[in-house]
Amino acid sequence: MNAHQIDQQTLLKDEQDPLTHTPVHLLSLENVGKHYGNVIALRDVTMAVDNGRVTCVLGDNGAGKSTLIKIIAGLHQHDEGTFRIMGEERKLSSPREALDAGIAAVYQDLAVVSLMPIWRNFFLGSELTTGSGPFRRMDVQQMKDITKKELADMGIDLRDVEQPIGQLSGGERQCVAIARAVYFGAKVLILDEPTAALGVKQSGVVLRYILQARDRGLGVIFITHNPHHAFPVGDRFLLLKRGKSIGYYEKKDITIDELTAQMAGGAELAELAHELEQLGGHSDIVKEVQAEVADVTDSTPDSQDGHSRRRAG
Amino acid sequence: MANAVLTTFTPDERVSSRSPLQKLLVRPEIGALVGAVVLFIFFSAIAPVFLQPNSLATVLYGSSTIGIMAVGVALLMIGGEFDLSTGVAVITSALAASMFSWYFSMNIWIGVAFALVVSLGIGFLNGWILIKTKLPSFIVTLATFLMLAGLNLGLTRLIGGAVATPSVSDIEGFAAARAIFASSVNIAGIEVNVTVFIWIALVAVASWVLLRTRVGNWIFAAGGDANAARAVGVPVTKTKIGLFMAVGFCGWILGMHNLFAFNTVQSGEGVGNEFLYIIAAVIGGCLLTGGYGSAVGGAIGAFIFGMANKGIVYAQWNPDWFKFFLGLMLLLATIVNLIVKRRAELK
Repeated sequence: MNAHQIDQQTLLKDEQDPLTHTPVHLLSLENVGKHYGNVIALRDVTMAVDNGRVTCVLGDNGAGKSTLIKIIAGLHQHDEGTFRIMGEERKLSSPREALDAGIAAVYQDLAVVSLMPIWRNFFLGSELTTGSGPFRRMDVQQMKDITKKELADMGIDLRDVEQPIGQLSGGERQCVAIARAVYFGAKVLILDEPTAALGVKQSGVVLRYILQARDRGLGVIFITHNPHHAFPVGDRFLLLKRGKSIGYYEKKDITIDELTAQMAGGAELAELAHELEQLGGHSDIVKEVQAEVADVTDSTPDSQDGHSRRRAG
Repeated sequence: MANAVLTTFTPDERVSSRSPLQKLLVRPEIGALVGAVVLFIFFSAIAPVFLQPNSLATVLYGSSTIGIMAVGVALLMIGGEFDLSTGVAVITSALAASMFSWYFSMNIWIGVAFALVVSLGIGFLNGWILIKTKLPSFIVTLATFLMLAGLNLGLTRLIGGAVATPSVSDIEGFAAARAIFASSVNIAGIEVNVTVFIWIALVAVASWVLLRTRVGNWIFAAGGDANAARAVGVPVTKTKIGLFMAVGFCGWILGMHNLFAFNTVQSGEGVGNEFLYIIAAVIGGCLLTGGYGSAVGGAIGAFIFGMANKGIVYAQWNPDWFKFFLGLMLLLATIVNLIVKRRAELK
């Protein structure tokens, strides 16, 4: 909670862990793998999370993103490689253990009760109390004040923390969940597709809060399948495909166009457009996919040919 | 902070513009309160005797016998479950106290304590089976209802040899127990039954627990979204079992009142009463799906019930109309609740 503001500019120049000034990462994975029976869900994943940095995990459905976060959040255990927290090798056996280590996950369903007021949701399960014995009661005023302040610090100004959380927009609810995790001492914040169900404007709001959390010194793991959301906020990018890492980049080493091209796979898109056309698919959809192909082609003019040949081969 | 600043920063201006009137309108009990006022004026107008202090005391007594149970049932409903076994569980409690004391020839207070254990035990069992089997509470408590109805009749005949229990009026401790559970208090010349005060006290305690304690927060959360509640560390299992036991406790109080008011218990009684308690809670603004409602609402629901029940008599109508009236109230109240919920969940 007392994490001081960090100047992001100096951070990006600094190669080392900014708060501890040691080469130790807040969280690091090396060649981590996981299999369920004979199904390999994840292999050879290497990534790091630092204070005040955003690590983005990108990948399509079934790429292994959820397996990865489940390992980090303590829901599953890895079988291969090493997982270090502050340089210490760990294997988390439960979400509780992850929370104790300061790793908090905000899932898509957010774990909020929509009919309950915002402040009750904020403190749900960790209510502040005063008094003792049978007269132990909730410290309602303090809880309301803290909720209001914490949300204001995240840039959400609410006149009324009494309104049911269901009345907030999807983006705002996401932000309350993030603020809650931050307030209860998270050092690492895992955000599972926070922008997946949101419109353009709401996604922008959530992205801003990701930066807020980063500037408060948290290490953020941002899982998404949208490179346009990941690139503006991310410092590192891990690309997953079919359970394997297909790239791990620092921001300075990659452009958004390259990221998009890697994600989408230009050749696959072209193939899809062709297939749709053959099947007599709706012309609008075909055009849309073709436009996407053109986009990807434009973005990687130097490598498009080689790229698609590599993929085809 | 200045409001003007807040308004400019509020991401959604539609949310920030809530007037005090709108805030009042989203209270769970507002529909019931309006209904109660309308009903009160209505009966006052057509039946002048309705307004006499003695009649009001009678109405309050009738309301309290429903209201005491409605407190527990409303809490349980906010916690996302409901209980069909309450009607017969009240009789079970009364039977337990009287048969235990009579059979073992013991002080009635031992029977009363035994009945408390039985009532809490029934509640615990309901909750425990619900959690273990993950069956809907409708099925679990319907089964308990049938089993208790059978046990009430069977055990009473087996032990006492009749369908009613022997009178408890000459058992040691009867006078004191009667004073606590079934006496009346004289206020300015009007006899007000003690159950009215027990009812008010229960509503006050339940409201405090619901709105001002951690447990209250957990009850709302367990009923609103049990999975989300679990994810943030709310002990949902304990909360739900506790709620069933609270219903058991209310049933014990009402059972003791019945026992000491009438001295004997008919073992076949109680069937159907569970719906009255549920109706009172629903009219009072509790959502059947859980997560929303208030103890005060349940009390107003019970008061509406009491007014209608006695008001029809004072108006010298045929009591046949009562059931129709009750159904209509229930329908209207549920529709109001639905609108409230939609508004509250508006995105």
